Amino acid sequence: MSVHTPHPDLPPPSTSVGIIGWARKNLFSSPLNSVLTLGALYLVVRFLPPVINWAILDANWAGSTRDACTDGGACWVFVKVRLTQFMFGFYPADQYWRVILAFGLLGVLIAWLLIEKTPKKSWVAAFTILVYPIIAFVLFYGGLGLPVVETNKWGGLMLTLILATIGMFFALPFGIILALGRRSSMPIPRALSVVFIELWRGVPLITVLFMSSVMLPLFMPEDLRIDKLVRALVGISLFQSAYMAEVIRGGLQALPKGQSEAADALGLSYWQAMFLVILPQALKTVIPGIVNTFIELFKDTTLVLIIGLMDLLSIVQSAFADPKWLGFSVEGYVFAGLVYWIFCFSMSRYSQHLERKLHTGHKR
Amino acid sequence: MASVEHPQKTAWWNNAHNRALLFQILLALGVSVFFAFIANNTIHNLEQRGISTGFAFLKQKAGFGIIQHLIPYTENDTYGRTFIVGLLNTILVSALGIICATILGFIIGVARLSSNWLVSKLAGIYIETFRNLPLLLQIFFWYFAVLQALPSPRNSLHIGKKFFLNIRGVYLPSPIFQQGFGWVAGAFILAILATIILKRWAGKRQEETGEQFPVFWTATGLILLLPMVAYFATGRPLSWEYPVLKGFNFQGGITIIPELAALLIALSVYTASLIAEIVRSGILSVSHGQTEAAAALGLRPGKVLRLVIIPQAMRVIIPQMTSQYLNLVKNSSLATAIGYPDLVAVFAGTTLNQTGQAIEVIAMTMAVYLTISLTISFFMNWYNARSQLRER
Repeated sequence: MSVHTPHPDLPPPSTSVGIIGWARKNLFSSPLNSVLTLGALYLVVRFLPPVINWAILDANWAGSTRDACTDGGACWVFVKVRLTQFMFGFYPADQYWRVILAFGLLGVLIAWLLIEKTPKKSWVAAFTILVYPIIAFVLFYGGLGLPVVETNKWGGLMLTLILATIGMFFALPFGIILALGRRSSMPIPRALSVVFIELWRGVPLITVLFMSSVMLPLFMPEDLRIDKLVRALVGISLFQSAYMAEVIRGGLQALPKGQSEAADALGLSYWQAMFLVILPQALKTVIPGIVNTFIELFKDTTLVLIIGLMDLLSIVQSAFADPKWLGFSVEGYVFAGLVYWIFCFSMSRYSQHLERKLHTGHKR
Repeated sequence: MASVEHPQKTAWWNNAHNRALLFQILLALGVSVFFAFIANNTIHNLEQRGISTGFAFLKQKAGFGIIQHLIPYTENDTYGRTFIVGLLNTILVSALGIICATILGFIIGVARLSSNWLVSKLAGIYIETFRNLPLLLQIFFWYFAVLQALPSPRNSLHIGKKFFLNIRGVYLPSPIFQQGFGWVAGAFILAILATIILKRWAGKRQEETGEQFPVFWTATGLILLLPMVAYFATGRPLSWEYPVLKGFNFQGGITIIPELAALLIALSVYTASLIAEIVRSGILSVSHGQTEAAAALGLRPGKVLRLVIIPQAMRVIIPQMTSQYLNLVKNSSLATAIGYPDLVAVFAGTTLNQTGQAIEVIAMTMAVYLTISLTISFFMNWYNARSQLRER
């Protein structure tokens, strides 16, 4: 009796595996797709090499004057020469360490809070909120033996980061209060919150900045001189807290009613229920939204240029007017763009990561 | 069993109702004091600076020129008219921006979901690049780095000597409507009306008999053919005026000033990257079961998209899209940074500086944006209420 032994399986056809198979499946699956692929390839081949040549291969890196820029490509010397100004504005060079120390400390604190499984998170959070602002103020502005650096010397990336972090620092608690007010059952707080939120969300940030820079001095007692930076910060914080309130309201609305009912049933007071039950859960679900709002704020800080503050974009823009360095605007914009992009892109990736971590429902 | 009267155990200040009342009174009082403080300071400060309040300045002569005005405007016109000129310029750039951003955004959003790897990746790079850069930086880039680097009018870039592009702006041929063009327009409106009637009739017929009628192709034919017939029948009543180089600059045709071009490009490119993400997430939000169910019913992929996915995706897309449109309108105020004469640049800029009427001018400017926002969000809420899933 003969035993039936099947032949070994034939390998899959060479057109469905490997690079060819991948290309057939992902690039040339239909006539339309083939046309699209060829068109896109043409674009890449046409535009990518010149850009790489300009930015890297033909670019000038060495030297310290514009005469060093002899190869046809980008003149990064311009950025190199001005780098400290782009980073610190007109902050005195021998005091740079204060800025670096302040931001370094903030970086460590934030990393501590964001990375999972670090010990004593609540103590670090309390330190960040209560003690760090004082340290940062002394480091940036001066006092306690450090020489005072007036705010009109602050500028560049440093100012951008200061505007964004302080804006956030005030917007978050204020946004929480507004969101709670909007969902309150008491008519007066609710009406005030609604009017406040809709007013600031309805107008462009520019008009808010105009208002805070032109009208704030009118609103305050005559002899009170308000610093330009503080005026901008007031505008940004008011504007931002309205947006923050709406994000947080989303989180509050998403929370099942059973949570607050259960808290009531346990006999917790309104504030106990809020701080122990509702807000921890609501805020956790809207962390991605809060990060997105922060990205928006970070991009929006560029608008302070219009009221004459020297943030990163503004200081790059003003460097183009230097007669020794005329005609290097593309390099300047690319550098500034890269800095903004790195910050925004990494934050948006972080928020997407959080969203994925929090999203535990049915996925495709 | 007799009901037991519970005696009032709590003190009146521990009663929730009384507390709420007390808190609200205190809050109202605090807010009133705050506003009274501000009003008092403002009146005092205005007196000190010798600024008179009121809207009388709107009737004074403005005395400054505006580089783009959609209605006739000269330096002799009033401050009130500068408000209208600025407002119209804001509306112009916003409307054009919304149209361009929507078209571009939809294309990129669909490309991002394409099964074509290369197309999807390129769309992804576009989205991640432009939405992570500040809008103001993009406006500056287009205005100072791209448009200011264009050749002088003498060496303009051109397409067939009819469209010109140079440092002074974009020059397009302008249409001149001659007598009889009314017929062409009439034919176009007639075609649209016929299409609507046709669609109703076809829908009714399909309900009754199940037979389908090729509405799309018939409608396309109608809308193209009818005006075309009218156009030739009336002896081609449309001619074009081409821009011509005279001296140092072009004359005739339609001119798009570089400020408008830069602002429009930046707003469209930036908003399109955000709209693309909305479109993508909207389409992905439709549960995969819907696609499978539609396929199980025997619908072809095109119809699955058109009849099942898009109507449901729209429910997610439209509210977010509207808020992007609102953002675009508000972002158009960045015009002031490159000197495009929009409402903020003209009215809250030049007019404010010349008159010093900060409160009135900023209040009017804010009121305009607030009105636009509130109107749109009112319609949005209405639409939301209408389109929400009705669950039992």
